[in-house]
Amino acid sequence: MAIEIEQPSVGLSKVAVSETHGEDSPYFAGWKAYDENPYHESSNQSGVIQMGLAENQVSFDLLEKYLEEHSEGSSWGKGAPGFRENALFQDYHGLKSFRQAMANFMEQIRGGRAKFDPDRIVLTAGATAANELLTFILADPGDALLVPTPYYPGFDRDLRWRTGVKIVPIHCDSSNNFQVTPQALEAAYQCAESMNFKVRGVLITNPSNPLGATIQRSVLEEILDFATRKNIHLVSDEIYCGSTFSSSEFISVAEILQTRDYKNSERVHIVYSLSKDLGLPGFRVGTIYSYNDKVVTTARRMSSFTLISSQTQHLLACMLSNKEFTEKYIKTNRERLSKRYDMIIKGLKNAGIECLKGNAGLFCWMNLSPLLEEPTREAELTLWKIILNEVRLNISPGSSCHCSEPGWFRVCFANMSEQTLEVALERIHKFMEQRKRK
Amino acid sequence: MTLTRSIQYPNPEPEVQTRKPGRATAMRLIVPLQGVVQGRGGLIFGSLIPCALFYFLQLYLKRHRSSNSRSNPPSPSTSSPNLAEITRTSSRSNLLSRGLIGPVRISSRAMSIAKPNDSPYYIGLDKASEDPYDRISNPDGVIQLGLLENRLCFDLIAKWMSENLSDSMMGREGGDLSISGITTYQPVDGTMELKLAMAGFMSRVMGGTVSFEPSQMVLTAGATPAIETLCFCLADHGNAFLVPTPYYPGVCSFDRDVKWRTGVELIPVHCRSTDNFILSITALDQAFNQTRKRGTKIRGILLSNPANPVGNLLSREMLYNLLDFAREKNIHIISDEIFAGTMYGNEEFVSMAEVLDSENFDKNRVHIVYGLSKDLSLPGFRVGMIYSFNENVLAAARKLTRFSSISALTQRLVVSMLLDTRFIEEYIETNKKRVQNMRDLFVAGLKTLGIRCADSSAGFCCWADMSKLIPTYSEKGELELWDKLLNVAKINVTPGSACHCIEPGWFRCCFTTLAQEDIPVVMERIRKVADTSTLCS
Repeated sequence: MAIEIEQPSVGLSKVAVSETHGEDSPYFAGWKAYDENPYHESSNQSGVIQMGLAENQVSFDLLEKYLEEHSEGSSWGKGAPGFRENALFQDYHGLKSFRQAMANFMEQIRGGRAKFDPDRIVLTAGATAANELLTFILADPGDALLVPTPYYPGFDRDLRWRTGVKIVPIHCDSSNNFQVTPQALEAAYQCAESMNFKVRGVLITNPSNPLGATIQRSVLEEILDFATRKNIHLVSDEIYCGSTFSSSEFISVAEILQTRDYKNSERVHIVYSLSKDLGLPGFRVGTIYSYNDKVVTTARRMSSFTLISSQTQHLLACMLSNKEFTEKYIKTNRERLSKRYDMIIKGLKNAGIECLKGNAGLFCWMNLSPLLEEPTREAELTLWKIILNEVRLNISPGSSCHCSEPGWFRVCFANMSEQTLEVALERIHKFMEQRKRK
Repeated sequence: MTLTRSIQYPNPEPEVQTRKPGRATAMRLIVPLQGVVQGRGGLIFGSLIPCALFYFLQLYLKRHRSSNSRSNPPSPSTSSPNLAEITRTSSRSNLLSRGLIGPVRISSRAMSIAKPNDSPYYIGLDKASEDPYDRISNPDGVIQLGLLENRLCFDLIAKWMSENLSDSMMGREGGDLSISGITTYQPVDGTMELKLAMAGFMSRVMGGTVSFEPSQMVLTAGATPAIETLCFCLADHGNAFLVPTPYYPGVCSFDRDVKWRTGVELIPVHCRSTDNFILSITALDQAFNQTRKRGTKIRGILLSNPANPVGNLLSREMLYNLLDFAREKNIHIISDEIFAGTMYGNEEFVSMAEVLDSENFDKNRVHIVYGLSKDLSLPGFRVGMIYSFNENVLAAARKLTRFSSISALTQRLVVSMLLDTRFIEEYIETNKKRVQNMRDLFVAGLKTLGIRCADSSAGFCCWADMSKLIPTYSEKGELELWDKLLNVAKINVTPGSACHCIEPGWFRCCFTTLAQEDIPVVMERIRKVADTSTLCS
C-alpha cells in the first residue's frame, strides 16, 4: 500500500498571487453577472443588458461591407506572392506600409491638424500592451505615475501589475466638470513625494474614459507645462479620439506640440489603438507614438513581447490606405455615436437622471448621487448591486474608476443595437418611477 | 481632497541642473574621470581628450539650456540628442539615469535595453541584411546562416493560402463564423477553436503518443511572451533559472525573454561535447548548490527540447531524472518544445507531457512552451502557447496574456489551416524530408572540410565544431574566426560564445534558408577560410 507523503507544493511568484490584476472589482464582477445571464433580443429578454463594456458596434456594417468587397485573397495578389515574406516577417519595426497607413489614419482623425511620422510609431498587440510597455520604459518599480480621476479601471492592472509602478490619483470633481486643475496636479505631485514615490509622468486619457468628454485646450496646455516644469513625461491615451461626436472638438496633444514647434516634446507619448474607433478590438492593434527617440528604440525592442500579427498588419494597411473608406467610416461613425448619445441622454433625462455634458466616447457619465442613501462608496455599491440584480443592467460604478464623489456611473451605449438601448432606457425609467413612489 | 484657494501656485521650478550649482559642477568633474578609470585605451588618449571634449560640450549645452530653449526642436526624424552620440562609456548612462541634467529620464530597465546591440549575433544579422546573397543578382553577398527560419516548404503554404485565404477569413464554410465573430473582444487566452486545433496539431507532430487538453492552454502572441509570462508567474525579481548551455541567442532569446523585464537571472549549466552536449544531473546539481550558496533562489530549470542550437533530444530516462531532480529541489521545469515538429532521422521525440501522462509525477511543476513559428514556419503570425498542469499558473497566465493576445483574424486563419488535415499531413511529411535532405548535404559538405557536427535529430541548424580552425583555443580565437567567416568568407554563422557555450570553436549554422545549389558555394567559401586558418595556426 502506497504511503501518502505530503509534498511541499511548488511556489509561485508574487506577481502570480497578487491581487493587482484587480479582477475582483465590481467593474469585472458585473461582467460575470452578464455572462451568466446575457440579454438577448429574442431568446432572453429578461437577461442582463451589458452596459459596462466600451465596445463600438455602431458602424460594424461599414467594416463588414469593406471586408466583403476587399477580400484578403485579392490583397495578396494571384498566387499570394507577397505572402511568403509576410508570414516570415516578425520584425519589431512592423510593416512599413502599415505604419504609414496608421500615421495617415491618425492624421485624418485629427482633421489634418497634426502630422505623424511613421518612423515614430511602435506597434503593440492592443493599447493595453502599449500602456504597460510605456510604463516599463518611463518608470522603475516603486516610482509613480499621476492619473486624473475618475479613470479606466484597467489602468490599475495595466500600469501597475508587472511593472511595480504606483498610481497616484489627481483628484477631479464635479464642481468644474471633473477637469484637471493646476492645484490638483500639484497636490498629487506633493502627495506622491510625501510617500517617497518618485513621480515619472502624468497619464491622461483624452477623450476621457469614463467621462466621455474631451480635454479643453487650456487644460491640456497646463498639463503639458506642468510636466515640463517637473521634468516628467506626459502620456496621452487618445484611443477614443475618433469617437468625438464633432471632429473639431477634439484637441490632441500632438496639435499643441506642433504649434509650439515641438519644443520640449521629447517627454510626450501618445497611445492609440483601433479597438474603439474602428471597432476592431479582436485584432489586437495598438500603437505608441513617441517624440522621444530613445523611447521609440526601447519600445520597439520591448514590443517583441507583443507583436501584431503580420497578416493583420497587411490587411489593415490595405484598409487604412483606402481613403474613401476611412473618410466615410470616420464621418459616419461620429454621426451615429452622436445620435446614440442624444438618444440615451434624452431617455435618461425623461427618467429624471442627469449626466455630465459629454462630447465623445462610447459611454456617458451618469449622476445617480441623488438616489444614494448617504454619500458614501458603500451606498454607491449598494445601488450598483440593485441596478445589476433588479433592473438587470450592468453599469460601472464610479468607485471602480476611483472617482472621489460617490454616485456617478459609467453607462456604455455603443455595444448594442438601438432596440436594446430602448429596452435598457425603459427599464431605467420604470426603476426611477418605482423609486419616486416610495 | 481639494486644496483651498489660498495656496499659491508655486513658481515654476528652475531647471534642475542649476538648482545646486556647486554640486552639479563637482559631479561633472567626477564623471569624465570616471570615464577614464572605466574606459578602454591608453591613459592619455583615454583621459585628456575626452575630458576636454566633455567639458566643452557641457559648457555649450549649459549655455543653450539657460536660454530656456532647445537648440534643436526635434523634427520627428532626427537622430538622438548630441549628448548620446558623443561617447559610449557607462558614465554617460549614469548621467542620464540620475536625471539631474537635461533630458527627461527613462527607467533603468529601459536604459539597459537602449544600449546599441553589439553582440556578434546582431552584427552578423545586420551585415547579412545589408548585403544579402542572391545566386543571380548578388553572388558575392553575405550568405545568411544565422537566422532560424525555415523556408524550405514555403511553396506549400503559399499554395494553401492562395487557394483558401478569403474563404477561411470570412468563414463562409461554417455559417456561424461571420466577420463579427472576430472583430469583437475575444477571450484573451485564445479562442476554443484554436486551442482545439492546436491540441490536434501538437499531438500529431509529437508522434501521436500524447494528447493535449485545450483547458490547459493559454495562447500568446508567439512563444516569446509565453516564456516571459511563465517567468513572471514562477519567479520573483532576483530569482534564477538554471539553463543548460549552449542555449539560444538572438532577437528573441532566453536572455531577453527571461531577464529583461522580470529581473530573473539565468544560471548556465554547462554541457560538454563529450556528452554530445546532453545535460547531466551532476552538473545541474552543482550549479544549483553553487547558486544557492551565494544567496540566490533557484525557481526552476529552463530548457529547450529539441535543443537549440545543438538539435538533440532528451531521452525518456533523462526526462525522468529531471523530474526527480525538480521534485527533490521543489522547483519548476519549463520545457520549450517549439522544434518538436521538425524532427528528422529515426529518433523519437518524447514530450514532457507524454512522460507526465504515463508516470506518477507531480504535474504542478511542469510547463511546456510551444508555437507555430518553427514547425509551421509562420513566425509573423505570432501564435504561441503556454501549456501547464498547474491551475494556479494557468489562472495567473490567463490574466497576463492580455498583454500579448493573438489577433482574432489570425486565429481564424490558423484554425482553418490546422483543420485541413490533408494539407497538414502533406506539409509535415514534405517538410521532414526536405529538412533532412538539406541537413545531410550540409553536414556532409562540412565533413569534407574536416568539420564535424554534433549528433542532432531536429531543428533547422547544425552545431559545427570548427575548433581546429581557430587561432587560439579561446573565445577570442573563436570570435576571430567568426569575424573572418563574416567579412572574408561572407557567411553569417552564430559563434558558440553567443550561445554561452563553454567550449570554444563551435558554431551554429542554419541551413533551412538555403537552396540546395547554395551549399557548394557555402562550403567553398568556408574552405578558403579554413585553408588560410590552418596555414596560420
